[in-house]
Amino acid sequence: MEKRVRFDSQVLPWMLVAPQLAICAVFFFWPAAQALLQSMQVQDSFGLSTEWVGLDNFKTLFNDSAYLESFQVTAVFSLLVAVLGISLSLMLAIFADRVVRGALFYKTMLIIPYAVAPVVTGVLWVFMFSPSIGVVAFGLDRFFGFQWNHLLDSTHAMTMIVTAAVWKQISYNFLFFLAGLQSIPKSLIEAAAIDGARPWRRFWTIQFPLLSPTTFFLLVINMVYAFFDTFAIIDATTHGGPGRDTAILVYKVYQDGFKGGDLGGSAAQSTVLMLIVITLTVLQFKFVEKKVNY
Amino acid sequence: MASITLKDVVKRYGIGPKANQVIHGVSAEIADGEFIVIVGPSGCGKSTLLRMVAGLEEISGGDIAIGGRVVNDVEPSERDIAMVFQNYALYPHMSVFDNMAYGLKIAKVPEAEIKTRVDKAAGILQLGPLLQRKPRELSGGQRQRVAMGRAIVRQPQVFLFDEPLSNLDAKLRGQTRIEIRKLHAELGVTSLFVTHDQVEAMTLAQRMIVMNAGRMEQFATPDEVYARPATTFVASFIGSPPMNLLTGQANGASFTLDGQTVPLPAPAPRNGELTLGLRPEHVVAGGSGGWPLKVELIEMLGAERLVHGQLGSHAFTLRMDGMLTPPAVSSTVQLQLSAQHLHWFDVATGVRVE
Amino acid sequence: MVERRTTLGIFAHAVMILGVLIVAFPLYIAFIASTHTSQAILQVPMPMSPGGHFWENYIAALNGHGGGAGSNAPVARMMWVSLVTALVITFGKIAISLLSAFALVYFRFPFRGLVFWAIFVTLMLPVEVRISPTYKVVSDLGMLNTYAGLTVPLIASATATFLFRQFFLTVPDELVEAARIDGAGPMRFFKDILLPLSKTSVAALFVIQFIYGWNQYLWPLIATTGEQMYPVVVGIRMMIAGGDSGNEWNIVMATAIMAMLPPAIVVVLMQRWFVKGLVDTEK
Repeated sequence: MEKRVRFDSQVLPWMLVAPQLAICAVFFFWPAAQALLQSMQVQDSFGLSTEWVGLDNFKTLFNDSAYLESFQVTAVFSLLVAVLGISLSLMLAIFADRVVRGALFYKTMLIIPYAVAPVVTGVLWVFMFSPSIGVVAFGLDRFFGFQWNHLLDSTHAMTMIVTAAVWKQISYNFLFFLAGLQSIPKSLIEAAAIDGARPWRRFWTIQFPLLSPTTFFLLVINMVYAFFDTFAIIDATTHGGPGRDTAILVYKVYQDGFKGGDLGGSAAQSTVLMLIVITLTVLQFKFVEKKVNY
Repeated sequence: MASITLKDVVKRYGIGPKANQVIHGVSAEIADGEFIVIVGPSGCGKSTLLRMVAGLEEISGGDIAIGGRVVNDVEPSERDIAMVFQNYALYPHMSVFDNMAYGLKIAKVPEAEIKTRVDKAAGILQLGPLLQRKPRELSGGQRQRVAMGRAIVRQPQVFLFDEPLSNLDAKLRGQTRIEIRKLHAELGVTSLFVTHDQVEAMTLAQRMIVMNAGRMEQFATPDEVYARPATTFVASFIGSPPMNLLTGQANGASFTLDGQTVPLPAPAPRNGELTLGLRPEHVVAGGSGGWPLKVELIEMLGAERLVHGQLGSHAFTLRMDGMLTPPAVSSTVQLQLSAQHLHWFDVATGVRVE
Repeated sequence: MVERRTTLGIFAHAVMILGVLIVAFPLYIAFIASTHTSQAILQVPMPMSPGGHFWENYIAALNGHGGGAGSNAPVARMMWVSLVTALVITFGKIAISLLSAFALVYFRFPFRGLVFWAIFVTLMLPVEVRISPTYKVVSDLGMLNTYAGLTVPLIASATATFLFRQFFLTVPDELVEAARIDGAGPMRFFKDILLPLSKTSVAALFVIQFIYGWNQYLWPLIATTGEQMYPVVVGIRMMIAGGDSGNEWNIVMATAIMAMLPPAIVVVLMQRWFVKGLVDTEK
């Protein structure tokens, strides 16, 4: 899109973009270039000498079972978060669209998780799910005879981070679905009703198909969210454990780079992550641009 | 039997003392196969009334019966009706064919039958080549026809039209009006058509309901509404240019208007304060001993002329044939009235007085 | 909606109430826990109604007098750091993005396309992807443990620039022409005409960026080494390092409530703009 009118100054625009470009250069491009560089080098344990190894780091990475496991964990985690998060929020949005009385109250309450920091969500979850003192752990034991221990059981641990991540994302997904539903002209629903469709049928044959751009968009966003923004949740709750069973890719980057001191390997992982983000972002921009015309 | 009966239908928004009543007790009997137009200005409640018949609005009071069955509590999907919306409401993600087939699929009509019906409707409405297109690929007029096709294939008891021509350009509006008439002649389904355009109402209706501020002011054939309007509102709403309404004192065969007394060709129905209605096309200028009109402005419309002037302190318009010589501006002409075309209305209520 | 099906109506409310309960439950538990003594909470099950130690706990948290085995940094200090960080990031981002978007839309200059793509590319470089090298840069610049170090690397965002750019593209050209005829130069136009028109977008972005800034975790974790520069979200994580029984959970929960309060208040108060802006931003 182009504007017909322009200002003529040649110096001014550069001055205007300078701050953003400067920061981008110093804090984005330079480090990203460094990361790329480092991913193809190996440092000795004292950081005194570096050796160029080309794609060796990557080869090691993909032969490393720990790394491949992390890939798998991340895939499972992000799929669960995306699917559960979207289904739950969609259901809430559908019914929020129907109620008139109290709509503002419900909406306000449902927005609140957006304000809660991921790490705080993690802390709350540690408190509630603690095998020794947690209120949820207690409830599971008392009412279902179920022994909860996410420190020992991988499935419990995964459940814990998935529920925390989904809880946090409810608001975001809910708002988008609600906006999507409300942008469908009321007359379409009425026409379907007159054509004989009951509410359930109307939802599946009219509303859901017309929501598909929103759904697809949220799918991509939720996956990006699960890949990156959930770092804090994991750091607060399971620390990637038990063992490595909840070490998603971004957590592993942190562990290997900052805790483990393996800069080359960590940089290689960062590069792989970069490629994943680029793919997802391109997907989002290209395919989500289709909008339904009414 | 697809008659429609409205009995004291009332619509209220909100509850209790602060409730806003928008429709005040409308009653009408519509016979099977009739094409009824509900006409009135914006906000008079005509769409609300239609939507109550459709089941899209709750009925606050009174009853609505379709085909003899009271449908107050019946869902729209069960009323066996079809509706054409103002903005067509076509399902954007479905093809034209699927749009029309949707209701039939829900009613579990066999596929072969669906195809037959859709093809037939497409034939009548000339939609054949468009069946596989999506709504966004169609023009306004084409979408309109798809909306009508969707209604036709359902073979319902009643057709409901909610200002379907408002979004079309003038030429298309005229063409579609004729198509709707032909369709009704062919299919004979009871129809309720809502519009704010009195020309559409006059040309389409077998009978029309004229509504104003939530009340039904007259329910009669177009001829009747034109020749014997029931209230001053109907009188000024139907007919263009609108009827001249003059309030004055009637006394036998004379009428006093702003201190000036003029003769009437026929005596007024009663003495006292009355409103006299005269249509611009039923008054002739010329001769002597009539009503003195001071000419102010003349509009040339080709086939006719509109002469605007002042009768005392009242503005008055008269229509004359375009071939006759118009009076000069600022001159005074004598208006000759005709005994058959005097309309009398009560001043306080606006109701016709015979 | 179309029907009056009362069962569906009741069911809808039931679902909404269930949703609100799910959302509110952890927050409720946190609040309850923050009003009891540490021992009361360590008992299983913990009490379900508020206790009497509200002020005690919150003041202890603020002053850093909790006795837990994890970090005991004063929450008051951390709230302050969070506030400054969030506000600097918010205002910084909005200011920089407004200027960049203005330049991109209303000027023609060489390499404009390149500049646009350069900014676009940063969308694909979230902090998590470049932590180590960014850390090194910040460290080399001597910005560790400073407000600058906490905020500047996060200030250049592409999303804000794109939002403003999108918005500016919808502003009618006639306004620029009228301004020019009236003798206004570009910066005048920007200040007197464009900015007032952008109020809603700015408001929405304010909410989004404030929350983003306040809730930042990974970057402050790396860019600070001392407790006195911890934002509250990092601090609270450090507090639970003492293990389930070693932590003073009542203090931790009090901190959690305080950590959640400012963003929640911002969201609730600016709800209307926020919701509108959120949905418009991403499209």
